[in-house]
Amino acid sequence: MSHRIVSKKQIGPDVFWARVEAPLIAQARRPGQFIILSVDNDGSERIPLTIAGADPTTGTIELIWQRVGKTTARLAQLNEGEQIANVAGPLGTPTHIARFGTVVCVGGGIGNAPLLPIATALRQAGNRVISILGARDKSRMILEDRFAEVSDEMIVCTDDGSYKRKALVTEPLKEVCQRSPKPDHVFVIGPTLMMKFCCETTRPFGVPTEVSLNTIMVDGTGMCGGCRVEVGGQAKFVCVDGPEFDGHKVNFDLMIKRINAYKRQEQQAYEEYKQHQCKVGLGN
Amino acid sequence: MVGTAHPTETLAVTPEERRKLLQELLAKRNAGGLKTKDRLAIPPQEIPEQDADARRRNVSEVALGYTEEQARLEALRCLQCKNAPCIEGCPVRIRIRDFVGAIAEGDYRKALDLIKENSLLPAVCGRVCPQEVQCQEKCTVGLSLKDVSKAVSIGRLERFVADLGRNGSAAVPAVAAPTGMKVAIIGSGPGGIVAAADARRAGHEVTIFEAFHKPGGVMVYGIPEFRLPKAIVRQEIETLKQMGVKIITNFIVGRTRTIEQLMKEDGFDAVYIGVGAGLPSFMNVEGESLVGVYSANEYLTRANLMKAYQFGAGADTPIARSKRVAVVGGGNVAMDSARTAVRLGAEKVYLIYRRTEKEMPARVEEVHHAKQEGVEFHLLQNPKRILGDVNGNVVAIECLRYELGEPDASGRRRPVAIPGSEFQIEVDTVIIAIGNLANPLIRQTTPGLEFNKWGNIIVDENCRTSMTGVFAGGDIVLGAATVILAMGQGRIAAAAMNEYLAQKKLTRRNAV
Repeated sequence: MSHRIVSKKQIGPDVFWARVEAPLIAQARRPGQFIILSVDNDGSERIPLTIAGADPTTGTIELIWQRVGKTTARLAQLNEGEQIANVAGPLGTPTHIARFGTVVCVGGGIGNAPLLPIATALRQAGNRVISILGARDKSRMILEDRFAEVSDEMIVCTDDGSYKRKALVTEPLKEVCQRSPKPDHVFVIGPTLMMKFCCETTRPFGVPTEVSLNTIMVDGTGMCGGCRVEVGGQAKFVCVDGPEFDGHKVNFDLMIKRINAYKRQEQQAYEEYKQHQCKVGLGN
Repeated sequence: MVGTAHPTETLAVTPEERRKLLQELLAKRNAGGLKTKDRLAIPPQEIPEQDADARRRNVSEVALGYTEEQARLEALRCLQCKNAPCIEGCPVRIRIRDFVGAIAEGDYRKALDLIKENSLLPAVCGRVCPQEVQCQEKCTVGLSLKDVSKAVSIGRLERFVADLGRNGSAAVPAVAAPTGMKVAIIGSGPGGIVAAADARRAGHEVTIFEAFHKPGGVMVYGIPEFRLPKAIVRQEIETLKQMGVKIITNFIVGRTRTIEQLMKEDGFDAVYIGVGAGLPSFMNVEGESLVGVYSANEYLTRANLMKAYQFGAGADTPIARSKRVAVVGGGNVAMDSARTAVRLGAEKVYLIYRRTEKEMPARVEEVHHAKQEGVEFHLLQNPKRILGDVNGNVVAIECLRYELGEPDASGRRRPVAIPGSEFQIEVDTVIIAIGNLANPLIRQTTPGLEFNKWGNIIVDENCRTSMTGVFAGGDIVLGAATVILAMGQGRIAAAAMNEYLAQKKLTRRNAV
């Protein structure tokens, strides 16, 4: 079963959006779940990507990714009408959606993509949703409009102040936690370091904070254990026990080391790929 | 690393001498004069192997296979026992005596047909079956010579005829008229392949669902190329396709669709669950999540399925380029991991096992090959913790020394730690190969299916589960087992399934 790219566009510097044919996944997926894809059947790496949205009637899913290495670059190179060889999923345990009361959804950069279906489901479940969206600069702020549709309150900030409030997300998050009554639940998805500091921000307030982790994976079904993280001192598998965990218990420092395990090789592969692209005149 | 083999025959006997010996023996036999004494005197035929030093630098198969003369000489060693004890040692009861006899006659086609009556994957089993604790353990020749390693090499003979068959145009098994019944096979490992073939032969419409992007299960992601060339597995999958079996990859039963959906919404009349072992066990010691600590599953999947040994030359999946590796465990998976690390260029590979070599569950042949390739065995030792540097990279493994105490429930003497015996080995990579736990995915998503306390599916002697129309076999039932045991269960399950479907069809017809 191959997976055709129905439509695709660039939505930020190095950030891409695509709608991809995957009827079974579109039907089965629930908020918080992800897929694993590989561009070709032979030689390609398997990478996990969160599902930003799905439409069971057209049998498509939405993927958003950042071009950071060879595989994401090759994905960005594919055009509408072309195929992704393998898309497997939906994987991971779906988000536990309940009526918490007031929920804060904190998204950082590309993390807004997996956060959107969660915010949407939380709103549908009757929660008051406060969305705090952050990005490095204006050009990297994605999905703001769609969050506005499902949020009762929006706080948008950029690191450099090029758009709306100049702040890191932890600043408004702290302010929201200081309100009375304080929020009942916080969901954070973004760069690992950002999630770590958000958890440190909510910890003194005792607000339950869930994070969605994005680690290295091979199979995504619990077989390899490459994605394991330390949660409350115990090894947990992100692919089957997660991807969402109690952020106050996650050992982020160790996780950051593990996700960088192949940094050098990844850079090497990306450099070689870019050089090759230049030679054949396809670089962009 | 390159893919070319450098065959070097290290055998003292020349092919010419073997040809002469074979002719003499055949002449004697045709004259009716080949006695048991003569057969026992035929030298056991060693299988030619790639030179140990050469094979450290390639992933090509280690054992190169018998020549025709060797196969016939080896087959002539068989005493053709009336009671054929070897067959009792075979989980799928291959007609061993008869196929070995056919090889001695030079009728290789017949030999292969005889094997295929009971085993669908002879080229695989001839390579990876633990014959020394199955058929060959019972062999009268081995018993007479008081050495199981001198038993008739049944596995090598099986491989010999299977490979001849592969190189020729192997016939696609006949398929019965369509029954209108639909069968779902979950998992494309050895059990799934056999169950699929047997269900298809009975005329059912068969679909295999595989979670990975390539079919073959453990034979593709787990067992390395140097022990089981992937071309063999591809060919078996091709045969299934030619029989009309549909294979859907990237389909995770329990996630993409549940068993209930397959049966209630997608019209499958029966299901075989052969999803394999699943979750790797860790030791729960300090430092196990450091960078450079792998489960054997991850290490082997990266190397085999994802071809990480070709990183930068056609493969995009990276793997640690280790200098000093510690592999923990004493099974075949531990040997596979250690030997893979050697091929990936490690200078030192230590195999750490808490008992002695005698208790190792690995095949004797694998242990032998690992040693030949320079793997250092650290026996009666077990890790206490793994140490890392400031960046979280593994720098050493701390072990305790052990001694053997009283026998435990498995009958093996229990290893007991010697207090204060800690010592460290400098390593940059640790591979943990101490077994697997059952993957919980099917359990979590299939209400009505019964599991034991270890999370393995409970089945009866016909591989029937607690759910009507649902059958299961292989590692998800047995815990850690072997390719041949999974195949055996696939076959039993398919027979029970075919019977169930025949009944179901009858009932359906009567209801109309």
